[in-house]
Order: sequence, then C-alpha cells, then structure tokens
Amino acid sequence: MDVTLRVWRQPDSASEGGFVTYEANGVSADASFFEMLDMVNEELNDRGEEPIAFDSDCREGICGTCGVMIDGHPHGPQRGTATCQLHMRKFKDGDTIVIEPWRAEAFTVVRDLVVDRSPFDKIIQAGGYISVNVGAAPDAHDTLVPRPAAEASMDAASCIGCAACVAACPNGAANLFTAAKIAHLGLLPQGQPERYLRTVAMVETMEDYFGSCRNYGECETACPKSISIDVIAWMNRDYVAAQWKNFRKQGQQV
Amino acid sequence: MTTEHNARVLDAKIPDGPIQEKWDKYRFDTKLVNPSNRRKYDIIVVGTGLAGAGAAATLGEQGYNVKAFTYNDSSRRAHSIGAQGGINAAKNYPNDNDSIFRLFYDTVKGGDYRSREANVYRLAQVSNEIIDQTVAQGAPYAREYGGLLDNRSFGGAQVSRTFYARGQTGQQLLLTAYQALARQVAAGSVELFTRTEMLDVVLKDGRAVGIVTRDLITGEIESHSAHAVVLATGGYSNVYFLSTNAMNCNGTAIWRAYRKGALFASPSFTQIHPTCIPVGDEFQSKLVLMSESLRNDGRIWVPAKAGDDRPPKDIPEDERDYYLERMYPAFGNLVPRDVASRAAMRMVQAGHGVGPLKNGVYLDFADAIGRLGRKTIEDRYGNLFEMYERITDENPYEVPMRIYPAPHYTMGGLWVDYNLETTIPGLFAAGEANFSDHGANRLGASALMQGLADGYFVLPATISSYLANWLNVPPVPTDDEVFVETEQELKERIDKFLSINGTHTVDYFHRKLGKVMIDECGMSRSREGLEKALEEIAEIKRDFWSDLRVLGTAESLNQSLERAGRVADFLELGELMVRDALDREESCGGHFRVEHVTEEGEAKRDDENFAFVSAWEWTGEDSPPIRHKEPLEFEYVPLSQRSYK
Ligand SMILES: Cc1cc2nc3c(=O)[nH]c(=O)nc-3n(C[C@H](O)[C@H](O)[C@H](O)COP(=O)(O)OP(=O)(O)OC[C@H]3O[C@@H](n4cnc5c(N)ncnc54)[C@H](O)[C@@H]3O)c2cc1C
Ligand code: SF4
Ligand code: FES
Repeated sequence: MDVTLRVWRQPDSASEGGFVTYEANGVSADASFFEMLDMVNEELNDRGEEPIAFDSDCREGICGTCGVMIDGHPHGPQRGTATCQLHMRKFKDGDTIVIEPWRAEAFTVVRDLVVDRSPFDKIIQAGGYISVNVGAAPDAHDTLVPRPAAEASMDAASCIGCAACVAACPNGAANLFTAAKIAHLGLLPQGQPERYLRTVAMVETMEDYFGSCRNYGECETACPKSISIDVIAWMNRDYVAAQWKNFRKQGQQV
Repeated sequence: MTTEHNARVLDAKIPDGPIQEKWDKYRFDTKLVNPSNRRKYDIIVVGTGLAGAGAAATLGEQGYNVKAFTYNDSSRRAHSIGAQGGINAAKNYPNDNDSIFRLFYDTVKGGDYRSREANVYRLAQVSNEIIDQTVAQGAPYAREYGGLLDNRSFGGAQVSRTFYARGQTGQQLLLTAYQALARQVAAGSVELFTRTEMLDVVLKDGRAVGIVTRDLITGEIESHSAHAVVLATGGYSNVYFLSTNAMNCNGTAIWRAYRKGALFASPSFTQIHPTCIPVGDEFQSKLVLMSESLRNDGRIWVPAKAGDDRPPKDIPEDERDYYLERMYPAFGNLVPRDVASRAAMRMVQAGHGVGPLKNGVYLDFADAIGRLGRKTIEDRYGNLFEMYERITDENPYEVPMRIYPAPHYTMGGLWVDYNLETTIPGLFAAGEANFSDHGANRLGASALMQGLADGYFVLPATISSYLANWLNVPPVPTDDEVFVETEQELKERIDKFLSINGTHTVDYFHRKLGKVMIDECGMSRSREGLEKALEEIAEIKRDFWSDLRVLGTAESLNQSLERAGRVADFLELGELMVRDALDREESCGGHFRVEHVTEEGEAKRDDENFAFVSAWEWTGEDSPPIRHKEPLEFEYVPLSQRSYK
C-alpha cells in the first residue's frame, strides 16, 4: 500500500517545528507502524536527509517508550494498543497520516517525535513505592492478599507510563497515570502503612507539573492498557480521606 | 587459534566448605565497610534493569553514594520490563518435592554442566528471599483464592516453582525495582542519569576508576569517577539483528570493558528461544516472544507428512506429529529450550514447517480449551493471545499459534568470580551482562531470578570486599589524564562515524551481520560455516568503516549515531562469538556443533576436554584473542548425559 505522511519535524526543544510531507510507497499491510517509519528513514538517509527521530524500544507494548499522535489520536486508531503494536493493516491504501509528538504543558519536545516525560518519574519519586529495604522483608506468605485485591491491583499496575493519557487530556492532566500507581499500591495490604502519605505526596507533586482533571475521560480511551478511569475516583476519595484522617496519628508522618 | 602457552587458569575465588555453607561462610569472612564509612564511597552502576536498579537501590539503602546510568528516558523502561513468564524460587509451596538443592540441580543440569556449582547454589539459596522482598515491595503476583501465591511450571523442571504476574512478570518486578530506586533518588543517595550512554570504562593503574558517557540529547561527552563500577547492562542477542530483545539492547558496555582487559566468557553461548512468532517479511525489525509458560497448556505439533499444507483443522489427529511428546515423553512439551528449539528446527528443515513461509510449528490450545474452558485459558494467557492476534491477524483461540525459535538470551558475558568481580579490579558485572549462572543453556524464569539475586543480594554483599581496601582514598578526579584521553578517543570515534559519508545506513550493516550470525552461529554450527562466517564478518566490518552514512551532528539527539557505535561493537563481538564457537569442539546446551552429536542427534558434550569456561582476552586490533580457562568441577551434580526422555 501507499500512504502519505505529514510528520512533525523539530531539530531541538529551542527551535520551531513544522510539518513535512513524505511518501511511503509499497508498504506491506503486515508491517508495523514503526517498521513503516524505519523504511521511510532508510530512504531519507539514502537521499541525504536526516531520519525522523522517534522513540521505541520493546516494540511489544510493554516498556512505554513509544507513543506518537496519529491523526490526532494518541497511539493511533486502534484501542488498547500502543503505537509500536499498531500495524499498517489498520490503514487504507492512499491514506494521509498525520504524525505528531505528545503535546502537553509538562512535556517538552526533544526532537521531532521525541518528548521529555521526566515529570512522571518525579511523581513516582514523591512516594510511588513501598518503603522496604532489601533484607527486611517478612516471609512472602505472612501477608495474604485476597485474590480480587491482587487482580485489581494488577489491573492498575499494568500502566506502562507512556503518557498517552496526558497527551489525550485537553488540560494535560496526569491523573490516570498517578491514580494507577496509587491504586496499584493502595489496594494491597503491603501498601497500607504509607497509603495516605503516599496519596497526598503523589497528588501534590502531580499538581506541581500537570494540569487539573475535569473528568473528560479522554485518557481512558487513549490508554493502551485500558486502565479504567475508576482509579481516578479511587485516588480522589483517598486524597479527601487523607485530609480528615489524621494520618500522623496512624504512625505516618509528613 | 588460541595461543595455549599464554593461557591462564582462572581462580574463581570460591569459598571453601560444603556447598550449602559457602555463602554464609563467605559473608562472615568477607571484609565489611561499616555503615558510617559508606558515605565516603562513590559507586557507579551502569544499567537500571533488574540487576542494575536492584543494585543501585540496595547500595543506596546501605548508605553508599550511587550514580546510576541508563540510555532509556526513564529507568522504568529497561529491557527487563519485557519478561513475560515468571520467576523461579525454591519455596516448594505446591508441595511437590522442590527444594533449594533441586533448583540448584535443575539449573546446573539445564545449563548442560557448563556453569559454576557454587554460584548456582547461591542463586537457588537467595531465590526465596527475592520472592519475600518483591511481595513486600508490592509486586502483584498471581494469587489463589485463599490469598496465597500461585505457581506454574516452566521448561526443564518437573515441579511447579514459577511465580508470575499474569504475562507481565518482568514488568511488575522491574517496577518494584524502579520504585525502590526512585525512593533512593528522592532520598538523595542515588543520582540518576537517564538518556545517558556509557561509552567506555576508565582504568588507572589497572583498576576501574570511572566511566565516560554521552548525553544522548545534547551529545555532551562527560567523565564520572567512582571507587567501583558495576556493569548491569544486559545481554547482546541483538548481535543477530532480529531477536526478542528490545531495539536498543546492545553489547557496548561489556565490549568496551573487554577491550580494556576484562575477560569475556562463553561468548558463543546464546539461547534461541523456542516459542516466538516466526519471521513474517524482510522489514521485520524484531521478533516477538510468546512466553514459554504457554508450553504448560499448549501442545506442539507439525503435520506428520512433509509438505502437507492443509489448514490445521483439516489435519486429523493421527496425521499430526506431536514430536516433543513423542521424542521426550518424560518432559513432553516442557523440555528445556535448547532441546525444543533444535527439534523445531529439524522439523522445519525436514519439510514439516507450517504457515505461509513454512517456517513455523503449531502450538495448539484446542485440548486445553476443551479441558479447562476458554475462560481459564484467557485468564492465564489473555494478553499473550491478544498480542499474537495483533501481530499475525489470527485468533489463537481458534487457529493454533505458529511459533519458531528466535535469539533471546545470552548466557555469555563478562567473566566474573564468586564476588561478581571481573578480571579488572573494581569492575563488577551483574545480571545478563555477566557470564552468569546458566552455563550453556538457561532455564526459563531464571534470568529474572538471577538479575534480582545479583542486584539485591549478591553484589551489595560482595562489593565491600573490594571497597574496604580504599577507605579514605578519594576517587580519581575526572580531569586526570586517564579520563581526558578516553574522552578524546571517543570524540574522535564519533567524528569518524559522521565523516565516513558512504552510502548505507547502520541498519543495512547490522542486518547483514545478523544474517551471518543466525545462519552460521545460531541454533546449529559447523566448522565450515564458522570459518566462512569469520571471513564474511571481516568483510562487513571493512565495508562498515568505509561505506557507512550517518547524517546529522554529534551535538544533538542522533539515533543513527547511537546505533553506529553499537553496531561497530557488535561487529567485533560477533567475530569473538564465532571464534569461541569454533574453538569449542563439542556440543553443549545452546552451542550445537553438527560435528559433535550423539547417535540420537542430541548435543554431545566432551567433558574430558571441555569441562571449563572459556574466558577470552583482547590482545589488540589485529591480533587474535587468547582463551583462558576456568576449570569446572562437579561435586554435587555428577556429570551425566542430559536426558529428558
Ligand atoms: C521477551 C523476553 C521475555 C523474557 N521472559 C523472561 C521470563 O519470563 N523469565 C525470566 O527469568 N527471564 C525472562 N527474560 C530474560 C530477562 O528478562 C533478562 O535476561 C533480564 O531481565 C535482564 O536483566 P538485566 O538487569 O541484566 O538487564 P536489562 O534489563 O537488559 O537492563 C539493561 C540496562 O542497562 C542499560 N544499559 C545498557 N547499556 C548501557 C550503556 N552503554 N550505557 C547506559 N546504560 C546502558 C539499559 O538502559 C538498561 O537500563 C525474557 C527476555 C525477553 C527478551
Ligand atoms: S495510564 Fe495508560 S495512557 Fe497513562 S501512562 Fe499509564 S498506560 Fe499510558
Ligand atoms: S516500544 Fe515499548 S511500548 Fe512501544
């Protein structure tokens, strides 16, 4: 199949960017979206033009490295699918495909389709962990975890940190990402001792970097792991609870 | 090819005493650094996968100053994230006669007797602590209704000892390590450098004193010094171009260390994993693994008649060959990976291959779905089935999956002693980057175990034996000539890549190398083919250095430039792999020399002449490497022909 690409090119964060049009001809429908871009890049290099910079690593939808806007949709048209798992059979011969980087207040474009998502790491550093030094853990079976809790926790823990939710949000909010981690840890018995402390620290750090959530719900639609928006409600309840639960008295300190 | 008279016999520094007591004895005897002195030490950890993030976080918790490096944009994205199936431990929760000794035994036997007993025993010992630790950190492992942990089986074992989190075990374990690391970053004990690639290690007076890195965004070349350097940079399967590894995995860190004098052990011991989606077409950029756990419930078969191209559902039961069940009744579909891969290769070579390119075998779930119901299969493997369908456009609940072996894991790596220290004092290697505990073949679910064992438990306990010697000695300053010279060399190398201005992309050469490697140094190897490969690699290397085209500049994000450095190193590493495969005149585990087979066509070891680890020393650009030996002794797992019948 033949497709036309309109790709965002930008040399670095300080420079202006703009769209450039390329033709991708003779693409196999079985090729992945990135394999199509690889092919375009080989041709560009052969012609003496610098290849398009884009991030990908696992190409299996698990590492969260990839992600571009395709025709205005984060990760493209297929639901529950990261860009690297998208295949050209989802497009038609003759299509024009517009490819852009994630755009959000909190992220800068590093080059072409590559963005800096480091504020996500800041949110995790604020409290997205359970404090247990190596060597200090009790026996694994000392803590029973009801299967439904384990499953719900695992659902939330599937987040790959790709930031499509932020790119999808009209306000550039990171609530789905943050709530997924808060739910992953807060749903488990092991996560209880630091629960409210964690929620407050993570939410407040999130607010330092990102816009606020107005329940548009675009994030859930964009999420390649189909993380449910229910986790946001769960996080909000936890945050409110943290305000009146005097958690210092439960042995937690700020 | 080896200059025998220069060859040394290596001392692995294995503690004395019965195997069950070695690790405890070691920990008692080793030199310690007391807690108040630890902040006087700087440690560099390169890599933030399970081994690197685990080590950096733990050393940070212990009070050392750690600098951690990754080329990924976040430490959460290391290749470990992609592991699917699970992690082994000797908990014996299913009460099926498992024990530390059995896990040790299975791992030594599975590795076809080419690993070091003392290390493997230690690995089995700490396996249980890993489960305790990761549960406490919040890894959402699969549970039974009573709230207890669930287990499943993996290849090469007759017990159920594999812990898992759906098909995303690596993801969940890496996230716990990433979070532990994030906690130390917040606490100020670890300084984290993302999108920063280590390009060389720096030595002074023969010991490792730091590294030189390139900032992948600004292109800045920078030196970092420390009392010790840990490389936890993963494996080098991408030497094959197509593999199950993430696109950016590479061998540069360990290759640079090799060129600085660290010995490289068993380079040709690579694992070709039996259950991957077969190659579809020529632009394929990577291969996708379908977790080995699928072999718990899937049955592998091919049409009994060569060339039979009826759709699978039209082939009646008695015209199917469930060849693993037929040839290896005791282990059936759960034979170790090397055995399963070679069997698939033979079936395809004999004309029984399936799929449009006749390059696969079936992995069929019809029986399991009939027996357990679709829901159970969906719970167990739902995400894998979905991934398969997305790639192939076929529904594995209805049509059997097609699978074929693909390069997956490298057992070879930097040679390390019992301390995980390389032959360069102060330079340590952990995780897949060292030659590890897996001998000539790794059993499933044991790389996650080894990564976390090294990172959380072993390295943080052994590194003090080296550090204790350097109390109150400040690190070598980064304006020392050893750093300045290395920076200069690296800048020249980068300029060289940018100035060749030939005609072909980096991938063009990488693909060519990959083809030679998989054809001649993959699942099956012959003297003739390997000798041919040496010539072909030399030719690709020549062309690479004269006809490569890398555009752009060194002072910005330049992905072609990054790849150029990695492929330049792969070209040299590939050559060493071939030399090692030529040198080892036996078949063992994943190293299968067609000249050395049993009557039944299985790998035939030569214990008399090859019961040792080959550890290679770089001797310069134009002179052949020297092969040293670490003799292997098998006191606890008597040498025997592996049999899975
Ligand atoms: C698809 C797949 C599935 C698997 N499934 C399983 C399984 O079910 N069970 C199991 O036990 N094992 C499995 N494995 C194997 C296992 O995942 C790996 O062996 C293991 O995770 C390696 O961990 P590591 O910490 O050694 O290295 P990695 O996770 O590869 O980490 C390497 C790190 O080093 C960094 N790095 C490398 N070079 C440089 C450099 N020059 N400069 C800076 N940083 C650098 C990278 O950025 C990264 O952070 C699987 C592997 C694959 C490919
Ligand atoms: S919540 Fe979904 S979209 Fe957001 S970072 Fe996680 S996986 Fe990506
Ligand atoms: S490249 Fe890893 S999720 Fe897409």
